[in-house]
Amino acid sequence: MNKLMKLSGLATLGASAMASLPAWAQEATEAAAETATEAAAEVAPVMDKGDVAWMMISTVLVLTMIIPGLALFYGGLVRSKNMLSVLMQCTLITAVMMIVWVVYGYSFTFGGGTGAYFGGFGKLFLSGVGVTSTATTFDAGYILPEYVFIAFQMTFAAITPALIVGAFAERVKFSAVVLFTILWATFVYFPVAHMVWDVSGLLYGWGALDFAGGTVVHINAGIAALVGCIMIGKRIGFGKDNMAPHSMTLTLVGAALLWVGWFGFNVGSNLEADENAALAMINTFTATAGAIVAWVLVEAIGRGKASMLGAASGMIAGLVAVTPAAGTVGPVGAIALGAIASIVCYFFVTVVKHKFSYDDSLDVFGIHGIGGIIGAIGTGILSADTFGGVKAVADGYSIGGQTWIQVQAVVVTIVWCGVVSAILYKLVDMIVGLRVSGDQEREGLDTTSHGESAYHY
Amino acid sequence: MKLIIAAIKPFKLDEVREALTTIGVRGMMVTEIKGFGSQSGHTEIYRGAEYAVNFVPKVRLEIVVADALADQVVETIAKTAKTDKIGDGKIFVLDVEQAVRVRTGETGDDAL
Repeated sequence: MNKLMKLSGLATLGASAMASLPAWAQEATEAAAETATEAAAEVAPVMDKGDVAWMMISTVLVLTMIIPGLALFYGGLVRSKNMLSVLMQCTLITAVMMIVWVVYGYSFTFGGGTGAYFGGFGKLFLSGVGVTSTATTFDAGYILPEYVFIAFQMTFAAITPALIVGAFAERVKFSAVVLFTILWATFVYFPVAHMVWDVSGLLYGWGALDFAGGTVVHINAGIAALVGCIMIGKRIGFGKDNMAPHSMTLTLVGAALLWVGWFGFNVGSNLEADENAALAMINTFTATAGAIVAWVLVEAIGRGKASMLGAASGMIAGLVAVTPAAGTVGPVGAIALGAIASIVCYFFVTVVKHKFSYDDSLDVFGIHGIGGIIGAIGTGILSADTFGGVKAVADGYSIGGQTWIQVQAVVVTIVWCGVVSAILYKLVDMIVGLRVSGDQEREGLDTTSHGESAYHY
Repeated sequence: MKLIIAAIKPFKLDEVREALTTIGVRGMMVTEIKGFGSQSGHTEIYRGAEYAVNFVPKVRLEIVVADALADQVVETIAKTAKTDKIGDGKIFVLDVEQAVRVRTGETGDDAL
């Protein structure tokens, strides 16, 4: 095809792209200014096939994070009689959320509405979006097919509710999980994602830095998990029965798939395959490494023996912590971030959980919630070039100022999520009931909820 | 003939089997079991929380031997399976009324 024809075609696309502007937190103001100048300067937007290919891969990597990554990670941690229930919940949440996202989730989050909390009804059923629709990236003039952006964000919307179920594993009712997922996505995930990642969003406007979803995904899931496990109550036999993981082997397989998939999560959040993506990539390695080593060391000292469960937990803690920071901190700073988050998470899952006696079965709050909080706040500090980050203090980046914004963003997320989740749990409990019966719980969810067994010895 | 039933720690099985073959035992049946004894259960710490371990994996041996060999079998098992730590196990001796070798039909001591 004639290059000129291609460019003029893209120019028309570019014009329609301006009308649908999903953009991201940190580059917000700069991108907005650049877009305005760009419209004036008439540079045809470029759809780089390398960017598109990378984003497609990233999207599929994030799907892999949910199934089988999270599914096996959680599955291995529960008792064998409940293995299938975990796999089912992860699979169903994924499927249900994909449908919800396409029907109204994308619209509520990125629909183009100018509300601070709500993206509007403009793209219900993806109306107005076609094969030629485009989405902007952080760099003015570079675009993606809007379907790619929708799909990428769809996997984020799917994984977040899936994370929550770990908190009330082995006792939650299947129908409650599905119903809660839909309600929670509608009243918590979409609004918070809009607030953080959409141009009109409240926290976006404050300048909060959340590269790949420390608040939107991890703190959100962590708080919903904490509220949920407290409201649903402890497992029968908690503190007395042996509830050790039935397969640490599968848990490690799941954790490793999560780590690999996380490159799609973090690096894909750059929306382009460029030097900033490279930064996100290396951070996703170093922070995780720092976190694993830190957890293993602390456990070896504190408990006498380092365990695979600890190492896997440390891995996830580091990944969670680097999620908001991946695109702005330096690789060595990332090691510190991962290590600190890991140690704090260790403290929460061993000491705090025991002290306050809540049964957060798979440590969703302890790792995703706490890791997300540490990561979000740490981002404010370590993004400064003083610590190897990309934000130049000389250009006016204030560590104190940014960290304060981060704290506020964290608090807003915690309060919104905590309050609304509590209401929704209560509602779901009234409609279908949150918990299975005592006998069903003792026998196991696989046979009682799903009529099948994971293993046949 | 005597039936000797012994519960021992699983990792001791190979040692015990070898020692018994040395003294002339030519067969045994082994089952994996869970159990607890007089020091029933202990607590373990997992993820900072204590929980009681009520049942511990053990291995159950069943050996039928001629009366003459019985005492030696008991002694051998007791000596080889011992680790001087709690949960080493127990040995019981019962009388056997009859034994038959399926392939040949031999009975009594000839079946062993």
